[in-house]
Amino acid sequence: MADSAGLKEPFHQIGRQHEADRFGMLVFLASELMLFGGIFAAAMALRIRDGADYVAAAGHLKLWLGTANTAILLTSSLFAALAVEATRAGQARWTGRALVAAAVLGLAFLGVKGFEYAAEYSEGLMPATAIAHFDGRIEQLFMDLYYLATGLHALHVSLGILLLAGAAWSRRAREDRAAVLVGNVALYWHLVDVVWIFLYPTLYLAGVK
Amino acid sequence: MNAEPPKDRFQSPQEDSGPSYLRAGHTLRSWLLTTDHKRIAILYLFAISFFFLVGAIAAALIRLDLLTPAGDLLTNDGYNRAFSLHGIIMVWFFLIPSIPNTFGNFLIPLMIGARDLAFPRLNLLSWYIYVVAGLVTLYVVLGGGVDTGWTFYTPLSSVYANGAVVAAILAVFISGFSSILTGLNFIVTIHKLRAPGMTWGRLPLFCWSHYATSIIFVLATPVLAITLLLVAAERLIGIGVFDPDLGGDPLLFQHLFWFYSHPAVYIMVLPALGVISELITCAAHKRIFGYWFVAYASIAIAVIGFFVWGHHMFVSGQSFYASAVFSFLSIAVAVPSAIKVYNWTATLYKGDVELSAPLLYALGFIGLFVAGGLTGLMVAMLAIDVHVHDTYFVVAHFHYIMVGGTVTAFFGAMHYWWPKITGRMYNENLARASAIIILVGFNITFFPLFVMGYEGMPRRYHVYPEQFQVLQVIASSGSALLALGYLLPVFYLGWSLFRGERATANPWGATGLEWTTSSPPPKHNFVEQPVVVRGPYDYPLAHPASRDNG
Ligand code: HEM
Ligand SMILES: [Cu+2]
Repeated sequence: MADSAGLKEPFHQIGRQHEADRFGMLVFLASELMLFGGIFAAAMALRIRDGADYVAAAGHLKLWLGTANTAILLTSSLFAALAVEATRAGQARWTGRALVAAAVLGLAFLGVKGFEYAAEYSEGLMPATAIAHFDGRIEQLFMDLYYLATGLHALHVSLGILLLAGAAWSRRAREDRAAVLVGNVALYWHLVDVVWIFLYPTLYLAGVK
Repeated sequence: MNAEPPKDRFQSPQEDSGPSYLRAGHTLRSWLLTTDHKRIAILYLFAISFFFLVGAIAAALIRLDLLTPAGDLLTNDGYNRAFSLHGIIMVWFFLIPSIPNTFGNFLIPLMIGARDLAFPRLNLLSWYIYVVAGLVTLYVVLGGGVDTGWTFYTPLSSVYANGAVVAAILAVFISGFSSILTGLNFIVTIHKLRAPGMTWGRLPLFCWSHYATSIIFVLATPVLAITLLLVAAERLIGIGVFDPDLGGDPLLFQHLFWFYSHPAVYIMVLPALGVISELITCAAHKRIFGYWFVAYASIAIAVIGFFVWGHHMFVSGQSFYASAVFSFLSIAVAVPSAIKVYNWTATLYKGDVELSAPLLYALGFIGLFVAGGLTGLMVAMLAIDVHVHDTYFVVAHFHYIMVGGTVTAFFGAMHYWWPKITGRMYNENLARASAIIILVGFNITFFPLFVMGYEGMPRRYHVYPEQFQVLQVIASSGSALLALGYLLPVFYLGWSLFRGERATANPWGATGLEWTTSSPPPKHNFVEQPVVVRGPYDYPLAHPASRDNG
């Protein structure tokens, strides 16, 4: 039993324990996907029923900001993947750097999102505000869905940034060649990315004429 | 967080066979910070029993109020609050967590030969989350309650309802995290921690049904979470997708809600089916008939259960074609359930049957489950449901499944594994008596509801035409008998803790791994890692030699 450092109670083998940690994270992410699934189902139903109005409403979103954010998040995900590779290779220093880069890009994403929200607010597109005005029921419903989906996603981005920062900060995580923690944080970050990859066409690209 | 120092992983038998898990620490702290799945199971048992009591008090209020046609005890609003609390507490704080979080927690590691669940600290966290959710619920109860029913239908819940709707939603939302974590823990444990030789084909059926349940926990609960979040967003800040005034669609709520809540009824009943499989084979001292059928039937129920939600919406204005499809699929989901009942019957047939208290509970379960299931088929048929929708017929149907099924199985499990959990035997005659009282009391309480419902008594009304009074009074008196049946075990089981005969490792002559360790088990479950060489119900081999007496 050479490399059994970090072996915890119910496990007899460190390999098993790592598998279990990874598997647990995957099951949790499946659960997270279902959380967003409800919103996607609602958007799909709306689009099937009122396609034309849906497309018109989607046209109000700032496509180029959404696109920029897609690029930012994808790049950030790449850094998360690099962090895992670096940990496996035993280059703790590079792990830290890649994690910080991923987290900074995550902050940039939130910044862009905040800018976008502010612009929408001044255009009266934000529901439940004093200056809200809509061209119709479907437009309002679309904006409601948009805010709920992106808001929930932004919450996940924020959590993800905290996790990335935590992993970058923890020496144990960076130096663990099995990359248990770094690997799981990266998986979480990929989920945040994947959800966005689906939100982008569902919300933004739907408005492209 | 957990105060235990890391231990040597390769203890010699003497070191490990120390005190039982119950004696491995006496302080309150050693319980509240424990990561031992067995102790966490006990913590759940207390918390869940408490909520059962609260829910039962609300039921008693309902039944007392229904004694007279004018409903003299409660106001309209009071009645609405009583049945809403009853439903919310019973569904989310008793039925869903009851068997998985107590017996699943206690038994799964023992049954697969593991030392604990894969994530012991997550397990403790999940108990604390349940407690926090429970405290929020108590806040709702003390604050006067809600009047939305346990289904929180919009726009009632999001716009019109009075009372602490958001707090009630929050409580349910929080309790969902507990479910998700528990499901996750079970899935990973069953995949990664089976003892050498414990193949999937040797997994006890109890574990199979908890595996299926866990899939629903993990995949359905988040849909409920998002639905409740949407309701809260609508009620609190006016961002909504359900309220027509905000551009939303109330039908969407029903789709999302039932997409969770229909699978949730299988969360409530699948663990019960697992319990019954164990009780039946053991009482018959026979290999279960059709092991793979029973195992796969659990998975089939879990999977098909995701596609039948629309049978709750036959009269809500969904398209006729959708209703027809949902009707068909709902009937299909009855097939795996029926398979189980046939297999249990075949197992008992020509078995060396011992009419013990656990078996009496199991037989009661089968009868009530069949009655509930057959009426479930009736309400799954479009034509019949339109007639009985939202009447007492439906109330009777789901109480047969949920109370007659799940609660009875819970009591059966309690009696079967009591010697393992506590190391004590209870008074067998009293246990048999209470099983019979529960069965009789149950039918007196709930059978009249079928009749009333068929004759048109709507649910959720407390003022009713006089023609129903006789049946209502019968039902209310039955509920007093039922309450007695539920209370009796508290006394003789409690008594057994102090005066009961000491239990042997395997008092029933059963074959599962959990019976190979001492009663109660030591802290780490097994003195040595077990190696499995036989199937789970190898009775011809195990019986009668397995009936050890010392
Ligand atoms: C023990 C005696 C019980 C009695 C006498 C009783 C009685 C009732 C009655 C009369 C209703 C219908 C209220 C109405 O529609 O007007 C009701 C609803 C309900 N009961 Fe029970 N019940 C009992 C136990 C249970 C248990 C043990 C559970 C679950 C573990 C349960 C779960 C429910 C649920 C989910 C509802 C639906 C609430 C709603 O409509 O919002 N009941 N009960
Ligand atoms: Cu259903």
